[in-house]
Amino acid sequence: MNGVPLTHMIIVSTLLFFIGAYGFLTRRNLIAMLMSVELMLNSVNINFIAFNKYLFPDNLDGLVYTIFIIAIAAAEAAVAIAIIINLFRNTRSIDAEYADKLKN
Amino acid sequence: MTSAAIAFYIISAFILVTGILTVFTKKLFRAAIWLLLSLIGIAALYFAMEVDFAAAVQIIVYVGGIVVLIIFSIFLTNNEGVNMPSALSKRKIFSALASVCGAGYTVMLVNQHIWMTPSAKVYDPAVKKIGYLLVSNSPSSYVLPFEVVSILLLAAMVGCIVIAIKAKPEEK
Amino acid sequence: MNLPMNLLLIPLLPLATFLLLGIFGRKYLSPVAGMIGTASLLASALLSLQAAYVYFIQHTGEVYTSVVAWKMTWLPFTQDVSIDIGFMLDPISVMMLVVVTVVSLMVHIYSLGYMKGDQRFATYYAFLSLFTFSMLGLVVSVNIFQIYMFWELVGVSSFLLIGYYFDKPSAVAASKKAFIVTRFADLGFLIGILILSYHAHTLDFPTLIHRLTSSDSTYLTSAIGSSFLGFSALTWGLVLVFMGGAGKSAMFPLHIWLPDAMEGPTPVSALIHAATMVVAGVFLVARLFPIYAISCPGALELVMWTGAISAMFAAIIACTQTDIKRVLAYSTMSQIGYMMFALGVAGYGGENGLGFTASMFHLFTHAFFKALLFLGAGAVIHMIHSNEMKDMGGLRKTMPVTHITFLIACLAIAGIPPFAGFFSKEEILSAAWNSNKAIYYIAIITAGITAFYMFRLYYTIFWSKEANQHSDNHDEHSHGEGTLTMKIPLLILSVGAIAAGFIPFGNFVSSDGHHLHLPFELSNAILPIIAALIGIIVATILYKKENDKSDKIAAAVNVLYTGAYHKFYIDEIYVFVTKKILFNLIGRPAAWIDKNIVDGTMNGIASLVIWKSNLIKSIQSGKVQDYALYFYIGVFGLAILAIYLVK
Repeated sequence: MNGVPLTHMIIVSTLLFFIGAYGFLTRRNLIAMLMSVELMLNSVNINFIAFNKYLFPDNLDGLVYTIFIIAIAAAEAAVAIAIIINLFRNTRSIDAEYADKLKN
Repeated sequence: MTSAAIAFYIISAFILVTGILTVFTKKLFRAAIWLLLSLIGIAALYFAMEVDFAAAVQIIVYVGGIVVLIIFSIFLTNNEGVNMPSALSKRKIFSALASVCGAGYTVMLVNQHIWMTPSAKVYDPAVKKIGYLLVSNSPSSYVLPFEVVSILLLAAMVGCIVIAIKAKPEEK
Repeated sequence: MNLPMNLLLIPLLPLATFLLLGIFGRKYLSPVAGMIGTASLLASALLSLQAAYVYFIQHTGEVYTSVVAWKMTWLPFTQDVSIDIGFMLDPISVMMLVVVTVVSLMVHIYSLGYMKGDQRFATYYAFLSLFTFSMLGLVVSVNIFQIYMFWELVGVSSFLLIGYYFDKPSAVAASKKAFIVTRFADLGFLIGILILSYHAHTLDFPTLIHRLTSSDSTYLTSAIGSSFLGFSALTWGLVLVFMGGAGKSAMFPLHIWLPDAMEGPTPVSALIHAATMVVAGVFLVARLFPIYAISCPGALELVMWTGAISAMFAAIIACTQTDIKRVLAYSTMSQIGYMMFALGVAGYGGENGLGFTASMFHLFTHAFFKALLFLGAGAVIHMIHSNEMKDMGGLRKTMPVTHITFLIACLAIAGIPPFAGFFSKEEILSAAWNSNKAIYYIAIITAGITAFYMFRLYYTIFWSKEANQHSDNHDEHSHGEGTLTMKIPLLILSVGAIAAGFIPFGNFVSSDGHHLHLPFELSNAILPIIAALIGIIVATILYKKENDKSDKIAAAVNVLYTGAYHKFYIDEIYVFVTKKILFNLIGRPAAWIDKNIVDGTMNGIASLVIWKSNLIKSIQSGKVQDYALYFYIGVFGLAILAIYLVK
C-alpha cells in the first residue's frame, strides 16, 4: 500500500459509516436496517486495521479487535434476525414504522 | 501513483458505490446482493492491505454467514420482488442532513488532525502470531476476551433459538 | 399520699371498651355490647369511688394538695415547655371523676333499655365509651395542652353522639352546629393557651398557676406588662381561655348549639349535655381559678356577668319552649350560668373562696338532678314517642316511678329543702350576697323562674290532662314505663338528688385546698325558698289543670313571649352575621381570590405545562428510527463538545 496516505483510508471508512448511518435512519424494512448496521460495523473494522497497519505495525491488537467485532457482529445479526422473524410471525410486518407498540 | 494505490482507489470506489446502492435500492433482495458485494470489496481491501487473515475471516463470516442469514430471513419475511416503501420525506431530509454534516465534519477533522508519522516497520500479521495473541497464556494475550466472546456466541445461539422457536400450541 | 397505680384504669377501661366495640362491636359483639360497656364502666366507677375515698377520707393533714399519679413527657418543645400526658388528682378532679363515672354508669345502664333493639347498638356504646374516656382524660389533665386535646376529643364524641341518628337531617345539622360553634370557641381557647404559655414558659398546670400568681415572679410581670388593645396579655389569655369554656358550657352568646344538640338520643343528652361535658367550661375556669382570682379580677368579672346573664336569659327562654328536652337544655344553661357567676363572685382563699366551693358543689348536685331529669324525660319520650308537651299529660298514673323521681328532681332544681339543689344554690346565693348585690338579685329572680318552668314542665307532663286519655291511645304499641334497667338509674340518681346536698362539701373542695366551713344562715335561705315557692305556686295555678290562663298571660306579654319563644332571635342574629356580613364581605372576596388568583395561577401553570408538553410530545413517537436520530444527534453533540473541550 505504498503511496496511499492513512487519511484516505480513514475517509473511505468515514464515508462508509455515514452511508450506513443514513440507511439505518431511513430504511423502513428492519432487515434493510440490519444491513446498514453491518456496513457501519465494517467501516469500523477498516479503521482498526488501517491504524494497526500504518501506525503500530509491531502489535496486532487492532486486528484482534477486528476479529472480535466480526464475531460479535455475527452474534448480533443472528439475534436481530431472530427478533425480526418473531416480530414478523406476530404482526405479519417488519416495517419499522409500525413497530411502535412501545408507545401505545 | 503506484499500482497498489490505484488498486486501493478502485476498491474504495467499489465499496462506496455498492454501499450506497445497498442503502438506496428499492428492492430488498437486491440490497442484500449489493451488501454482499460491498463486503467482498472490503475483503479485497484487506487483501490489498496484506491482512490476509482478516480478509479470510471477512469472507467466511460476513459473506458466507451473515449475508446468507440475511438472505434467508428475507425469504422468510418478504416478497422479494416488491419495492420497499420509502421513508417519510421529513425523516429523509433530516437523516441526509445529519449524515452529510457528520461525514463532512469528520472528514474535516481527519484532514485537520496532525497524524503521527506512519511507522516504517513491516506489518506482518502472520496467523501464528494472531493465534499466540489470542489464546496463549502470556500476560498480553487476549485469552479472556476470547473466552468471553465465545460465551457470547453461545448465549446468542441459545437466545436466537428461544426467540425464534415457534410457541407450542397450548395443551388444552 | 399513696395512690395506687390502678387508678390509671379509670380512663383506660372506657378507652379499651371503645376500641373493642368500635372495631369488633358491629359484627361480633352487638348483643352484648351494652353489657360490656356497662361492666367496664362499673369498674371505672368503683375505682373512682375508691380514689375519692383514698384521697378525701384517708387524707391526713390540713391541705389537699394536688397529686400527680403518673406523668409522661410526650412532646418536649424546650427545656420548660413540653406537652405532657398525665394523671393528676386534686379535689376538683377527684370530684369530677366521681361525677363523670357515676353519671356515665347510670346512662350506660339506662341505655340498655332505652336503646334496646337499635341497629347501631354497639356503635352507640363505643361512642359513649369514647366520650367517657375523653371526659375522664380531661378532668385529670396535668397539662393545659392535655386538657385541650381531651377537650377536642370530647367535642368529637359529642358531635358523633348528637348526630347519632344520622338519617335525620335535623340531627345532622345539630351535630354540625354544635361542632362548629364549640370549635369556634376552642380557637379562642387555643390562642389563650398560647398567650399564657408564651408568657409563663410552661404548659404544666401547677407551674403555670404558680408562675402567674406569685407577685414577685418575672413571668407575671411580663404577662401584665405587654398589652394589646388596652388590656394586658394576661387578661387576653384568660378571657380567651374563658371563651373556650363558654363555648363548651353554652354560655351566652355561644349557647346556640345546646338546644339543638337535644337531637341526640336522650341518655346522651343526660350524660353529655347536662351533667358532664357542658360543665367542662366551669371546670376549666376552676382549674385556672387562682390565676383568675389573684392576678386578673377583671377577667373574673367577665366570667361573673356572662354567667349571670346566661342564667337569667336561659331561664326566661325555658318558660316558653314546648319541647321538653329543649326546656331542660335551657335549664342546664341556666344552671351552668349559676356555676359560672359563683366562680365569678369568688375570691382566692379562705372565706372569699365560698363562691368557688359553691360552684363546684352546684356542679356536683346539678349533675345528679339534671341527669335524673333527662333520664325521666327520656322515659316519657320513650313512651309517648314525642318531645312535644302538648302530646303529654296525665302520666302520673301510668308512670309512677318516673313521676316520683321527676318530682324529686324538680324540687331539687327548684331549691326546695332538703333536696340537693337547695344547699348548693344557697351557697351560691350567700357568695353572691357577700360580693355583689346585683348578681344576688338576678340569681333570686332566676331561682323563681327556674322553679316556675320546672313545675310547668312537671305539671304538663304528669298532670294537666286526664290520665286515661293516653293509655287508651298508646296501649297497643306502648313500652309501658320502660324496663327495669331504665328504672334503676332513676332511683339511684334520685337518691343522689336527695342526699348529695348533705355532703359537707366545704371540707373537701375549696379554692386553696384548706377546709372551708360552709356557713348556713337561715336568713339567707328564706328569700330563695320564697322565690321558689312563688314559682311553684304560679305554675300550679296555671298548669295543674288544663286551662287557658297561661295562653292569656302569654297574650298579655306578647312581645316578651314571642321573643322568648324564638329564643330572643339569637340564632337569627348569628345567621344574619354569618350569611349577610361574613359571607358577603369576607367569604365572597376570599372565594373570588381563591378561584381567580390562586386557582388561576395553578391552572395557568398547568396549562403552560400542557402546552409545552404538547409541543415536545411528538418527540416520543415510538418509532425506533426517530430515537436513533436523536441518539445520533446526541452523540454528535457530545463528540463536538468533547473535541473542543479537550483541546
